[in-house]
This record gives sequence, structure tokens and C-alpha cells, in this order.
Amino acid sequence: MSERAPVPRESESANGRLDILAALKEAAIAAIVAFGLFALLIGIRTDQGPTGALVFTTRFGALAEIVAAVLVASLIRSLIWRRTKTFSIDRLVPGFVKAAASRVAVYAAAAFLVFALVVPIIFYGNRYLLDLGILIVTYTMLGFGLNIVVGLAGLLDLGYVAFYAVGAYSYALIAQNFGLSFWICLPLAGILAAFAGLLLGFPVLRLRGDYLAIVTLGFGEIIRLILLNWQGLTGGPNGISGIPRPSFFGLPFSSADNGFAATFGLHYSPTHRVVFLYYLILALALLTNWVTLRLRRLPIGRAWEALREDEIACRALGINTTNTKLTAFAMGAMFGGFAGAFFATRQGFISPESFTFAESALVLAIVVLGGMGSQLGVAVAATVMLGGFELFREFDQYRMLMFGAAMVAIVIYRPRGLVATRTPSVSLRERKDIAAAVVRNARTESAA
Amino acid sequence: MTTAPVLTVEHLTMRFGGLVAVSDLTFAAREREITALIGPNGAGKTTLFNCITGFYKPTVGRLLLAHPGGASFLLERLPEFRIAKQARVARTFQNVRLFAGMTLLENLLVAQHNPLMVASGFTLLGLFGSRAYARAEAEAIDKARYWLNRVGLADRADDPAGAMPYGAQRRLEIARAMCTNPVLLCLDEPAAGLNNRESAELNVFLRAIRDEHGTSILLIEHDMGVVMEISDHIVVLDYGVKIADGAPSEVRSDAKVIAAYLGVADAEVAQVEAEVGL
Amino acid sequence: MEYFVQQLINGITLGSIYGLIAIGYTMVYGIIGMINFAHGDIFMVGAFLALIAFLVLVALGVSSIPLALFIVLLISMALTALYGWTVERIAYRPLRHSFRLAPLISAIGMSIVLQNYVQVAQGARVKPLPPLVQGGYTLIEGNAFAVRLSNIQIIVVATTLILMAGFSFLVARTRLDRNMRACEQDLKMAALVGIDVDRTISLTFVIGAALAAVAGLMFLMYYGVVDFFIGFLAGVKAFTAAVLGGIGSLPGAMIGGILIGLIETMWSAYFSIEYKDVAAFAILIIVLIFLPTGILGRPEVEKV
Repeated sequence: MSERAPVPRESESANGRLDILAALKEAAIAAIVAFGLFALLIGIRTDQGPTGALVFTTRFGALAEIVAAVLVASLIRSLIWRRTKTFSIDRLVPGFVKAAASRVAVYAAAAFLVFALVVPIIFYGNRYLLDLGILIVTYTMLGFGLNIVVGLAGLLDLGYVAFYAVGAYSYALIAQNFGLSFWICLPLAGILAAFAGLLLGFPVLRLRGDYLAIVTLGFGEIIRLILLNWQGLTGGPNGISGIPRPSFFGLPFSSADNGFAATFGLHYSPTHRVVFLYYLILALALLTNWVTLRLRRLPIGRAWEALREDEIACRALGINTTNTKLTAFAMGAMFGGFAGAFFATRQGFISPESFTFAESALVLAIVVLGGMGSQLGVAVAATVMLGGFELFREFDQYRMLMFGAAMVAIVIYRPRGLVATRTPSVSLRERKDIAAAVVRNARTESAA
Repeated sequence: MTTAPVLTVEHLTMRFGGLVAVSDLTFAAREREITALIGPNGAGKTTLFNCITGFYKPTVGRLLLAHPGGASFLLERLPEFRIAKQARVARTFQNVRLFAGMTLLENLLVAQHNPLMVASGFTLLGLFGSRAYARAEAEAIDKARYWLNRVGLADRADDPAGAMPYGAQRRLEIARAMCTNPVLLCLDEPAAGLNNRESAELNVFLRAIRDEHGTSILLIEHDMGVVMEISDHIVVLDYGVKIADGAPSEVRSDAKVIAAYLGVADAEVAQVEAEVGL
Repeated sequence: MEYFVQQLINGITLGSIYGLIAIGYTMVYGIIGMINFAHGDIFMVGAFLALIAFLVLVALGVSSIPLALFIVLLISMALTALYGWTVERIAYRPLRHSFRLAPLISAIGMSIVLQNYVQVAQGARVKPLPPLVQGGYTLIEGNAFAVRLSNIQIIVVATTLILMAGFSFLVARTRLDRNMRACEQDLKMAALVGIDVDRTISLTFVIGAALAAVAGLMFLMYYGVVDFFIGFLAGVKAFTAAVLGGIGSLPGAMIGGILIGLIETMWSAYFSIEYKDVAAFAILIIVLIFLPTGILGRPEVEKV
């Protein structure tokens, strides 16, 4: 339905003069709207004056510039862009290029994986890029986890950050108070997060999609507020610091004689730990990926996808949808917990500030923009969004603004996500990808 | 009258606020028979189905399901998935409810969820590649292939269900229901939208299900050709009330049934009303 | 006892503000089934517009406060409505026929855009305003505590009541109510019978934004300080209020708003102020467990 042919408007009429007139009219309206929108908020700048009261200055120059820019942009759109829209880029690309591209896509996942594996080797000297890599893989893992809940089971969870937080704080508290190694604390953190998932899942099972959304959002906020205010347990706004850093299976990453560097005959470098952390999160993400792919082929995974497609039909087939939903929540929460534990040990310090709704929103955006249920899509989306965000670092305060705008632009341009197909989990003869247009949550819904 | 009843409906009443959809309904569907539920639109047939399959909870009444030579279940007490899972009552829907984004094969595998879950050790064994699960899955695929062949859709097994033509979707839904090994199969208007040839094929198919698999069938239908052709027993509803119950030949010539569908001459209205009990 | 009455007054005042915002959420959700995540930030924009308009008016020499406030109200409502209209045109209309999650992501993106736009345009610091409306009435003189009903509280509640009444009257008298309900039921069919669906939906957003602008002005006057982040928390609570009252129901939104305002105020007064936000969410979860469609929501009977 969204691929309708553009409706002919006045500016596309045969009469050239009418074109320009109509375009001018549209541009004028756009300019007036822009003026109305920006006159007060951009034209006037308020600041706290010397006495503490508010004073304002005018920025009519900036206002004029922006209105003019809108005017010009509108003209360009009417006169030029709309005309060229009839030549969709699609048709310009010759057939053989498209065929080659689709064959390349098959290897895209493998190429991506290989690239991810060698990143620390290529960028060994660049601490900044290594950190970025760790960040991207962490969010990819969060995306994989949320993908189980939102992409596979179709449950709209807006509070995923809660499980990330539970994992991080559990790890921090257990590691600090019981002195257990990373490899024991990690699964424990995951189990506690899974438990939190069950706790959340239980009351929300009967709720319809959008109510579920607001309740999960509320739950995320509740967790954050508890972390912020329960000073005794969580240290409140100061968080928990001094979280034990990871060791290489017992060998600390220090310059001491029993350290990692000394044992392997290498010159000590703080980069060692960073590289270890990178491979650690990569391994966790790949584990999440592997488990998800296997689960998709098992009855539980199929039940999740069936749940997304039609819950009533599931119940009519004897599937206990309550348990199915709980399992989805718990699994997604567990992987979120693992990611949280990793986050805690990597930073050495955690505070409630890291676990706001913005995180949930970001992970959700990664899952949706990646293409529902697609693992490769999640990885690509995380890379594009976080990498892109870093790329624009010099834009400073405008960066977040551009990020939000980019989110809107991407979802309008490709609402079904970057990877818009679903691969069936089993096939009789040949595995054919299903276009997103047919899959629930990615297809257009007729009036409920 | 000699075969045991598989489903006994006793004094079933379903009220939605002030609206009485089904009123004091009593009838029995017998084992290995095809029982048809007919009646004008709004007579309460789908409501009855929803009560039987647990999607509505009846206001009053008893629904007893008896497996041949075995357990019996009080359906009004069970949630829908248990009715499907334990009482082994399967159903299709008036507006076909398939898993549109999944292939035909996947649809049929989801139907076999419960046995497969057990075989996969509730996922744990399956996760680590147990051979028992692999075998169980292969069997499930075989069963799916069997049913796909029965409905003539085997060559499209890997296509998404949402892309199927309407008639194929209906057949697939029945195949999917059969994959759960039901004792009672409830079909909601299976012939809707089918042309004559397809209806005839449906008749053959349903009779084969009854004869070869011993499944009892309860069907809602408007297509009198199908109903009269294959039913062993017909129950007629009008405004939620049972107005006839018997063999096709009896029901066909019942005056009340004719009145419900076609109406009566003005002169006879008072008389018929007295007969029907209004 | 006096303390309780004071909290009651405070709670109802706060709740009125939430209610005005909640109406916007419930109307949009009712008509196109989408959670307008950016609505809270529209409220924030309204508050800022009111602030700036007021400063400009004072600088231009308008000395009468009531007159200034009245003009500010009109300007703020008009411009905020323009924002609501623009956001719908740019971010939601292209996705109207897309699947459910796409407009949600777009809304989240728009929310980020609006917050940062105001932050960049006006700076990240809070903006204080001296109290514009002073004075009030002492209702009850208790031993330890006197119950005060301030003028500003009267204004907030009175404005809300007038708007609700006027709005209901307006919607009921015009074809708007029918058009909106038709669109709620079946968008395609409404279009087929000749309802200008685009315009009806735009109008919904515009009205919701205008009401949020009023809430913004009330907030500014009541609390005396605004910053670019007030939209998020107020928005989430207002949406909670809309769901609590039964999404799609206008009186429900107002009732939900007042309830949330009361819960928040009572909880801070009697239990702990840190957890007041938690209280609102927790109550929501509990209510939804027992009433899955909210207090005044229409029970969902899904056609099987």
C-alpha cells in the first residue's frame, strides 16, 4: 500500500507556467509555516541575565536565513525532485547489477563477521576505534536480545533497559561482595535478569500491544528510579565504582610479573585489556546470535513467530501463549543481563544515568530499523547508527538533533527496515525468503 | 443412535450483557459422524463454536467431550489452549487465521508444537542437537507433507501462507487443524467462497477425514449442497434457539426450518408462531 | 485533615495539567492507533512559546498581566498547534499505511528532534519566570496548618474546566465528532464515504497540540520554571493517565489525569517524594491487571 504511484499534483500539469506558480504558492506556504514555527524559538533567544531574571536577545538574522532555506528547499522539491521521482532510482539500475547485488548480500553476513573478527587487529593502535567497536558490538548484542521479544514474538517492549540495568548492577554487587570471578558472576547476572523478565512478564501478559508498551516503559522507569533512590543497595546517584575488571582467565591485565603480558612474553600495554574486552563482547554477541538462530528452528522459536502472526490461532492449536510470552521475555532479559554484566566490568563503574529510557529507545530503533527479526539487520543498524553518531562528533550539540532527524528519515524511507525479508526456519525443498510485506509487524495492517 | 456421543451440549446459554446469543441449547454430536450446525445469520452458531473451543465462557451450561473409549472433559471449565491440547478439539475460523508470514510447512509444524516441545526436552535438549528431537522433527515434517499432499498444496510448501489464494488458505487451515490429531474437528464455514468444484472436493476430503482418521466433525455451513451431501446429523439454530435436530432428510422437510430460512405466508404466521412456541 | 485537603487541591491542579496533555494522547491514539511519543515535547514547546511570547509582550510594553496572559495563551495555542500539524505532516502521514511500529519509531525520533531543537535554540539551562499571579485564599485555618487555595490554582482548574466544556460542545455540535469516530472505527471506509480523512486526522493533532499548549502555559505559571526536558516525564505520565482512564475516551483522559495528579501528590506528601513517579506507574500496572482496558475504556471483545 505504501508504494502507491505519486498522485499527480498541480505542479506536474502540462502547463509550464502553472507549474511555477503552483510551486511558488507551495513554497510561500512552507515559508510562512517555517516563520510561524521558528519566529519565537529561533528568532528570540532567552538567557538568564545578570540579576537571574530572564532577558532576551533577537536573532532575526538566523530566522531570516532559516525561512529562506525552507523557501528554497520547497522550490527545489516542487520543481526538480518531484519530476525526477517518476524515474525511480530502481529502474535506472540495470538488471545485472541488481542480480550481482543480491548475490553479494548472501555473503554480506559472512563478510561482516570476518570484518568484526579482525577489527582489533586492523585498528590495534587506535584506542578510540576499539572503544567504538566495543560500543557497537554491545548494542548489537542488546539488539539481538530485544529482537527475541519484539522481532520474533512481536511483544512491544519499551523498557528493555531495565534488564540491562539489572544485569549490570547484579554483576557489580555480586562481584564486589562475593569476590567471584567474571565467569561465575556473568551467568548469575543473566539469571537474575531473566528472573526480572519473568517478574515483568507476568502482569503484562493479558495486555494488548500498546498497553504492553506503556507498562514496559513504566517498568523501565521504575527500575531506574529504584536504582537512583535505594542508596543503601545501589549507591544511589553515585552508583557503584571499583567493579573488578576482567582478567584473562585468572591472569590480570597489569604490568606485574604474573600479568597477562609477562606470561605471554609481550610488552605490557593497556590495549591488551581493551582487545580482550572486544573479543569478549563479540563472543557474547555471537553466542546470542547462535542461540537465537537455533531457537528459531525449535518449537519455541516457531511458537514465538506464530504468536506474533496470530495469537488466537496459536491458542486454538493448543499452544500455551502465556508460557510462550514469558519465555520470550525471560530469554530477551537474560541476554540483556549478560550485556549489562559486560558493561559493568568494562567500565568499572555504573550509575543510573546510563540506564534511561533513551537506551531502550535506541535499542528498539536498532531492532526496527534493522528489519524485524533479522539478525544481520540488527548488526548493520547498530553499526550505522552508532558509527554515524560518532562520525558527526564535531557537530557537537547539533549531533543529537541530527540523530533524531536521521531516525525519522530512515524509518520514512525504509519503514520495513534495512533487511526487509524473513527467512523461513525450515523448508521442504528450497528455502525462499519471504518479503516483509507479508510478515506481521512489517506488513501494513488493515483497519483493526 | 447407537454410536456414542463425542460432544454433549447441555442447556447451553450464552449472554452478552442484555443480548442472548444462545439460549438453552441441548444436542449431541456423535462419534465418527459429521454433524452440521445450520441456521440463518446471527443464529448463534459461531458463538456456540467459541463456547465449545473455549474462546467464550458460557453463561450457563455443560459441554462434555468424551474421547472414544477414554477420558472425558468438561469444556466449559478449560482455557482454549487446553481444550485444543488435552481434549483434542481443533477448529478453523470464519475469517481464516493462518500465520501469514510463515510458510505452509511452518504453519503445519506450529500445529505440532506440543509433541515437538516434549521431544525437544522443552527446548533444552533440542538446543544441543539431540537426535531424538531430530527424529521427532523429521516425523513432524512427514506428517505435514502428508497433509499438504491431501489438500494438494505440497508443491507450495515453502511459500508464505499469506500469499495463497483464498481457497488454498481454507484448505491449509483444515490441514493445520488435522495436524493436531483432533478427536473433534470444528469447521467454521469451510465452504465459504468455494466454487462448485472446490466444494465437491471439500466433501470428499471431509468424508475421508471422518472415515480414515475417525475424527468427528462439527461444521457450521451455509452451503446446503455441502450440508445435505455429507452430514450424518443436522442441528438447526434460529435466534440462538434449537428448532430442529435430526437426519438430513427429516430436517430438510421440517416446516420450522423452512420458515426460519424462507419465512411463511402472512396467513400462516400466527399458526407457525404458536407451533414454534413464540 | 487540613494537610489532606491541601494535598487534594494541589493534586487536582497538577492533575488538570496532566489531563490536558492526556487528551492529546488519547485523541491521537483513538483515531490512528498510534502512541504519539512526541506529544510530551509538544507540551514543552508550548511552555517555551508561552515564556518567550510573554517576555516579548512585556518588552513591548503590555503592562496588564491578565491581558498579556490572554494574548500569550492565544499565541501559544496557535503556534503550538502549528507544531502539532507540522509534526504530523512530516513524520506520521507518510507512515500512515505502514505497520504499527514505524510511526512509533518516527515519533521517538521526533521527540529527540524537538528536545534537542529547543536545547540548541534556547540553551540547556532552566528558564525561570517570576510568579505572575500572586495571592490566594485561605480556606481553612487549622491549628498547625492552613489550607491555601492560590489564585493560580483557581486559574488552572477553571481554565481546564472551561476548555473541556467548550471543547466537548464544539466537537459534539460540529461534524468533527462523527468524523473522528468514523475514522476511529474504519479509516478506509471513512475515506470511501467521503470524509476528508487527512483533514480530520490533522485536526486531531492540532487540537491535541493546542490543549497541550494550554497545559504548557499553566505549567509555566504554576511552577515558574521550564527546561527542555519537562516534556518527557510529563508526557509519559500523561500517557499513563490516558491509558488509566481508558484510551480513546476523552473524559477518561481527564479523569486519568486527575487521578495521576492526586496519586503523585498524595504519595509525595505521605510516603516519599523520591518514589512519586514510581507510584504512578505502579498504580497503572495494578489497574491494568484488573481492568485491561483502563477505567473507562471500552472492553475489547476480539472477534474470533
